[in-house]
Amino acid sequence: MKAAVIRFPGSNCDQDCYYVLKNEFRLETEYVWHKEASVEQFDLIVLPGGFSYGDYLRCGAIARFSPVMRSVAAEAQRGKLVLGICNGFQILCEARLLPGALIRNRSLHFVCEHVRARLENMETAFTHAEVTRSDGKLLTARTGLLLRMPVAHGEGNYTADEQTLRELNRNSQVVLRYADARGAIIEGANPNGSAENIAGIMNRAGNVFGMMPHPERACDPLLGSEDGKLIFQSVIESAAKRGKSSSR
Amino acid sequence: MKAIVTVMPKKSVLDPQGVAVRDAMRHHGLPEVSSVRIGKFMEIEVEHADEGKLHEICRDLLSNPVIEDYELRVEA
Repeated sequence: MKAAVIRFPGSNCDQDCYYVLKNEFRLETEYVWHKEASVEQFDLIVLPGGFSYGDYLRCGAIARFSPVMRSVAAEAQRGKLVLGICNGFQILCEARLLPGALIRNRSLHFVCEHVRARLENMETAFTHAEVTRSDGKLLTARTGLLLRMPVAHGEGNYTADEQTLRELNRNSQVVLRYADARGAIIEGANPNGSAENIAGIMNRAGNVFGMMPHPERACDPLLGSEDGKLIFQSVIESAAKRGKSSSR
Repeated sequence: MKAIVTVMPKKSVLDPQGVAVRDAMRHHGLPEVSSVRIGKFMEIEVEHADEGKLHEICRDLLSNPVIEDYELRVEA
């Protein structure tokens, strides 16, 4: 099993993702430069956060045309698991691998804080697992579970037309929503003005997932939260399962 | 030839920049201003280009049709 962390010029969460996959989850992990032609040999593809191409034109607009993205799209089409975090989410939307777009935060502020994201769908390849925290307590995926993770973005305001939002809801593609401490989906808990407090969505097939919060920055008690482990544990389990069934 | 591309946020999409600038204009002595929308203006110099190709690039790269509309003007 092998994971790829794609590096674009301007990616800056690549090392955090690499560290978590390699050291926390002991997964064989490689950086893949955006000029590489193929990610075929990997079982899991991570698009990290940052400011690819300086966010010129629009966030993710230029990264989307990087040579490696053609292969990412092809692998996604074949069902391979793709996780986009923050700028990675923006790139997936620009590449039309996910519907909608991420625009300037309504407040115009760059938001940099811990938020709570409520798990809306616990049956996805990215959000079904159970992990043990370092204090021995179990963190088990269930609908309504609140994950505490940091956000750090200026353009995280998820936007889509009404029909797209209806379809996302109908197909349970909304995976995470910003919520308050009691789990209520309210305006006050929405850090960026996202439609319906959306923090993370997946594609219809369920193998491409984009989220604005940073799970890789929430995998160690030193960083104040380990809730991000649930995302990585889930996607690693799913990739392993997929690898086994396709090699049969 | 020269191609001029104007990209504007769709009417249905909130333009937070425009709202902030509108509010600043109101504070600067123009309370009558009701709306400001901010887009992009691009000047492109190109030897020869097929207009169809330019439209394709406008759709795929220069604008995001999910949130923006574009206008292409080609000058001789």
